[in-house]
Amino acid sequence: MKRRDVMKGGLVLMATATLASIYKPAYSKTFVGGSGLWKADPPPPLTVVDSSRLVYLTQAEAKLVGAVFDVLIPHDELGIGATEAGCVTFLDHQLAGPYGAAAKDYRLGPVVEGLPQQGPQSIATPAELYRTGLAELDRAAQAKFGKPFIDLPEEQKIAFMKGIETGAIAFETLKSNEFFSMLLQNVREGYLADPMYGGNRDMVGWKLVGFPGAIYDYRDWMVSKRGKKIDVEPVSLLSRA
Amino acid sequence: MNYKRPKADVVIIGLGWSGSTMAEELTRAGLNVVAIERGAWRDTTTSFPTTRDPDELSGSVRKDILQAPVTETYTVRNKADQTALPLRRYHNLTLGNNVGGAGTHWAGASWRWQSFDHQPYTRVMERYGAKQLVDGLILQDWGVTYDDLEPFYDRFEKIAGTSGTAGVINGVKQPGGNPFEGSRTSPYPTPALERTRANLLFSEAATRLGYHPFPVPSAMIGAPYTNALGLNLAPCTYCGYCQLYGCGNWSKSSPNICILPVLMQRPNFTVVTESEVIRINTTPDKKMATGVTFVDSNGDIGEQPADIVITATFTLDNTRLLLLSGISTPYDFASGQGVVGRAFTFQTLSWGFMFFENEYLNPFMNTGALATQIDDFNGDNFDHTGLGFIGGAGIQSLCNQGLPIGMAGLVPEGSPQWGKGWKQAFQKGYQNYAQIQGQGTNFAHREQFLDLDPTYKDRFGQPLLRITFDYNENDRRSGRFVRDKCVEIAREMGAKQVWGDSFPDQPYSGYRPWDSSHVQGGVVMGEDPKTSVQNRYQQNWDIPNLFVIGASSFPNNAGYNPTVAVGATTLWTAKAIREMYLKNPGPLVRV
Repeated sequence: MKRRDVMKGGLVLMATATLASIYKPAYSKTFVGGSGLWKADPPPPLTVVDSSRLVYLTQAEAKLVGAVFDVLIPHDELGIGATEAGCVTFLDHQLAGPYGAAAKDYRLGPVVEGLPQQGPQSIATPAELYRTGLAELDRAAQAKFGKPFIDLPEEQKIAFMKGIETGAIAFETLKSNEFFSMLLQNVREGYLADPMYGGNRDMVGWKLVGFPGAIYDYRDWMVSKRGKKIDVEPVSLLSRA
Repeated sequence: MNYKRPKADVVIIGLGWSGSTMAEELTRAGLNVVAIERGAWRDTTTSFPTTRDPDELSGSVRKDILQAPVTETYTVRNKADQTALPLRRYHNLTLGNNVGGAGTHWAGASWRWQSFDHQPYTRVMERYGAKQLVDGLILQDWGVTYDDLEPFYDRFEKIAGTSGTAGVINGVKQPGGNPFEGSRTSPYPTPALERTRANLLFSEAATRLGYHPFPVPSAMIGAPYTNALGLNLAPCTYCGYCQLYGCGNWSKSSPNICILPVLMQRPNFTVVTESEVIRINTTPDKKMATGVTFVDSNGDIGEQPADIVITATFTLDNTRLLLLSGISTPYDFASGQGVVGRAFTFQTLSWGFMFFENEYLNPFMNTGALATQIDDFNGDNFDHTGLGFIGGAGIQSLCNQGLPIGMAGLVPEGSPQWGKGWKQAFQKGYQNYAQIQGQGTNFAHREQFLDLDPTYKDRFGQPLLRITFDYNENDRRSGRFVRDKCVEIAREMGAKQVWGDSFPDQPYSGYRPWDSSHVQGGVVMGEDPKTSVQNRYQQNWDIPNLFVIGASSFPNNAGYNPTVAVGATTLWTAKAIREMYLKNPGPLVRV
């Protein structure tokens, strides 16, 4: 199979897929025209995340972040709240993966704070920021109310989160408003991403706005439903539920 | 271990739109071509099947299809007296990370640039004189005109299967098209896509105001089509997973479906993937290029010797490779001398945002380039006398956005961003949000340039490219002018809440939401070696067997997206290589 020709040390190794993958999982390849089949490596199969156990967060962190998420996206007559929808499971798995590790960021130094338009310069990872930020959040709640965040009444939780959002309630080791932005972004992701990632249970987020999900062909509706309400059960990549 | 590959006739660095277009032309002419590509092989069936492609988290949120900043990034500052800092996270410049380049995940707006855009200096001098130019502006002609390029625009559209409604054919205006467009020799290969509700509201409002709306030409194929290379393309299904996604339907023009299946049948073509070119090699006297040096994914260093070197990487990396290789004279900001990194441009965006009260805009039914536009205020289509600027913008109702995570923050003004109130506002706002984009010109300025960063390095220890950019006074004036037009149309559309924005009113940032990914220049083509790196054939003035192709050749940006202009100039250069250079290798233009 010439598509598996691997350039190495000036030699062309006629490697089998197995040999090549043992040798190095990712490697440069040489594809010669006219040599027959050429195909990409298939991506890993889609799977539903395992919600039965935590993979990054501690039990206490999961409980706290769930309480915070339920303030940001509460249970009401429009649908279930963030925790019920699986947003904590979603976050836990995200933090355990490449997102949590900031695996794709440029992380070489020097690390220098710049102008706002130059963007974030911190090389702390989301996983690290959650560990620190959740501890800070609970400390700030203790300091303000003498109670852990999860024990506060709903109105106090809302008022407290507003203080975090604006930065009026400050943290010691990171900016509280930046941590808030990350919480809000991640809870929205969990509520609105495909359910296979652990959140958006029963496609509650998609039903909220009438988003049909993983549908790939709207030709029938482009004209017939133009400007009209579309009532359709959303579709997830892996199942209908 | 280091190694040397057998010599090729041609080495092409990067296999995106420009590299694959060039490779097809030169292999068809019988040359032995080797392409070196940083990304991995990707094909539609395996990599972008419709059974996994519709995934917003992986696509436009985590941006998994893009080249990551960890691989290479840029440093940015607004002014030369500031310290540039790296873009550490995914930013607005959306580089490809696979065979096909950004042409795999692009949004697909498929413009011919207009006569003015290729000869801005001549046109401005003829109509207004030098007094129209703000201080420090750099304006120069390309050395190639729209009329020169028309056959190549035509050919590229027939490779891509571009959908659209012609505005002018052989000098005769056509109903429903863009009356301002350069004359075409043939209609678009496939018909324009269906319009959305928001597109129609825009068209009606613009017509009432006396403007001339038309469908934006698009890479989303309008009907089954067999392209110029004999490949079958399929009609677009409006799924809305375009920009930052591959297309699983064979219905978005890309190198992967429009060119590579043909190229890969030719024994005189080879592509080496997951290998990054770090240097263009030259003879000691720098009179000829000898090939390229690359690092493969094992960390081994390879050399690919060749008789002709063609650089077809991302715009910014074309500049960086010349600087890293010590080829041609770098631009020196203090003296204004030198050419590599000079005449760098971005894009000037203005917006009209709106919320309706009781619409069902069904934003999820869209494509990356589903837009209806007016060109009444683009280029030099209107009289600029007394306005204090040149250029303008294509003003368009752009329906490219319907995925819920990306729209979660789009709630009517005054609504909360979280809690119960947000859920209500999001539910309503999702169906009632629309936008008008003013995609504006950006002209070069002596204070906008590219050079090597003195501090930050890539993973191989080579300096990153440094961007010094802020909007100039011409942009601030044109931006506000265009913003007011966007707002005027949005109001006429009957929206309940309307607001505008002109991006040049804030400092440039690489992270600004809704901003453009289009960068041009740095290795520009032109008529004078003192103000351009290469001649009108994109041939280096100093090294005749080196051609740098792509938007890096454009000394100005138009009020359009650059891809089809990149395709046309690539085909123009390919013809010059085939018909002129091969017969008589050496400079194609003497000065």
